[in-house]
Amino acid sequence: MKKTEFDAKALTIKSLELRKVVLDMIMNSGGGHIGGDFSVMDILVTLYFDQMNIGPENMDDADRDYFIMSKGHSVESYYAVLAAKGFFETETVVREFSQFGSKFIGHPNNELPGIEMNSGSLGHGLPVCVGMALACRKENRPGRVYTVMGDGELAEGSVWEGFMAGGHYGLSNLCAVVDRNRLQISGTTEQVMTHENLHAQIESFGWHVIETQGNDIAKLHEAFEQAKTVKDKPVCIIANTVKGYGGGEIMENKAAWHHHVPTREEYGQIIKALDAKKEEMLHE
Amino acid sequence: MNKIPNRQAICETLMSYAKEDKHIIALCSDSRGSASMTPFFNEFPEQSVEVGIAEQNLVSISAGMAHCGEKPYCFSPACFLSTRSYEQAKVDVAYSNTNVKLIGISGGISYGELGMSHHSAQDIAAMSAIPNMRVYLPSDRFQTVKLIESLLKDEKPAYVRVGRNPVEDIYSEDNCPFEMDRATVIGELDGKNDVAIVACGEMVRPAAEAAAILKEKGIKAVVLDMYCVKPLDKGAVVKAARSAELVITVEEHAPYGGLGSAVAVEVAANCPKKVITMALPDDHVITGKSGAVFDYYGLNAEGIAKKAVENLG
Repeated sequence: MKKTEFDAKALTIKSLELRKVVLDMIMNSGGGHIGGDFSVMDILVTLYFDQMNIGPENMDDADRDYFIMSKGHSVESYYAVLAAKGFFETETVVREFSQFGSKFIGHPNNELPGIEMNSGSLGHGLPVCVGMALACRKENRPGRVYTVMGDGELAEGSVWEGFMAGGHYGLSNLCAVVDRNRLQISGTTEQVMTHENLHAQIESFGWHVIETQGNDIAKLHEAFEQAKTVKDKPVCIIANTVKGYGGGEIMENKAAWHHHVPTREEYGQIIKALDAKKEEMLHE
Repeated sequence: MNKIPNRQAICETLMSYAKEDKHIIALCSDSRGSASMTPFFNEFPEQSVEVGIAEQNLVSISAGMAHCGEKPYCFSPACFLSTRSYEQAKVDVAYSNTNVKLIGISGGISYGELGMSHHSAQDIAAMSAIPNMRVYLPSDRFQTVKLIESLLKDEKPAYVRVGRNPVEDIYSEDNCPFEMDRATVIGELDGKNDVAIVACGEMVRPAAEAAAILKEKGIKAVVLDMYCVKPLDKGAVVKAARSAELVITVEEHAPYGGLGSAVAVEVAANCPKKVITMALPDDHVITGKSGAVFDYYGLNAEGIAKKAVENLG
């Protein structure tokens, strides 16, 4: 794939616009996981429009990069990004998301182009990616393997089985990202099951750990570039994000917005907040 | 007495094909010895993956490798593989449709002395309930080879259960009729029978011996070696049931959700006949070596024959 020059401002604007697509999907279907969608969007945009060698034209090429959306409930942002990337039409996904008989299921569906594996049950993405990275390394393929997990997801024991094996096998072609928004359905991650020592915990499994601002595309770009230089170890990027980022005061950093469906009034307020942020970017 | 357990037959078959096909991968969860897979790991280190005692990881890693074009054979004791990593089998293998072959070793009550934690008497029910998962219980080493050779040719998920101990041969090198997903008939399916015995895995040999005992009593029995529990060979079940007055199923499994349930559904729907299901009890299984435990519950040739005599008009 032709690599385009990195433009943090353009990608940030794209990311704000794609949150509107997410909003439309959720308003139209009456369901979704908007808080995590908004926190993870910048990570997905950076991966798909800056970092990964994957698109509709090479989706069957064994040498592509591979991605698993381990936090499958943030599927609305994933579908929005895949549509923007050209895997399917944005209009189609907005119209059909979660509708009767639709392939745009409320968790990733690998019958759709661009989606490698089904997810939704938490704690599967990292172990699956360990298998993919082992296979790519065995076949000397250039592709890198990426996954994005939620921080609440890290309570699943299978995640740590994945960390263990990734470190044991020194999979430098593997990069895991934690969308560290510090909120889950029942409250803060620290109240529910603490991850205060997350950096040290992951590092102790033989991983190189990078912490960065997960709603800052320039910072994410730097982190992913640094990750590619690490030898003999997998890399975990702890992306510190804000749940609901971009949606303004009414939804940012509020656990209740994990899967809240906005009212018409709230919808208007969120659109306004996204536009204000976009204006800010344009005049920066 | 045959000394080669079915697990060893799997290893030997995979080794013979792995020389040519470098995508054949064996994965173990600290179980290579129990799986008889040590020779494979020694000869093909580049095609072997050890994950440690982590069955969930075992299955997910296998699925990831399969998605990237490898052909993983994933070995773990059936008790752990079928329940500890059940969700991984459901989501990463069956739902995502990855070419993973799950090999449940030391299945059923192979570890008879080790207690319920080590018995897999639920695996047929559990695995059969997953859409896009096939379930196979080969009966002897010759059939095991044919089954693995057949599985090597397809790219779909499957669960295979084998026992730990060598089982007496039913077939031979030169005479092992096998058609994928079709029961092997021992006896005559055409014409009239008194009893049709449908068995799978280690229960096929005693079922065949029961038929011989019954013959001496003037009772004609046909045996279906239903190694393919899912997809069940429904045609053979219905034909066998039509040919007989009584149907008996025999399995090394809990009485619910296994071969007996599947056969009873088909018979009830297509040619209602009395169906007797012989299985392990819905209770903690008594401690002992598997042979002694089978004898205790009547899961042997004499027990099957007795059941037939008792239930024939």
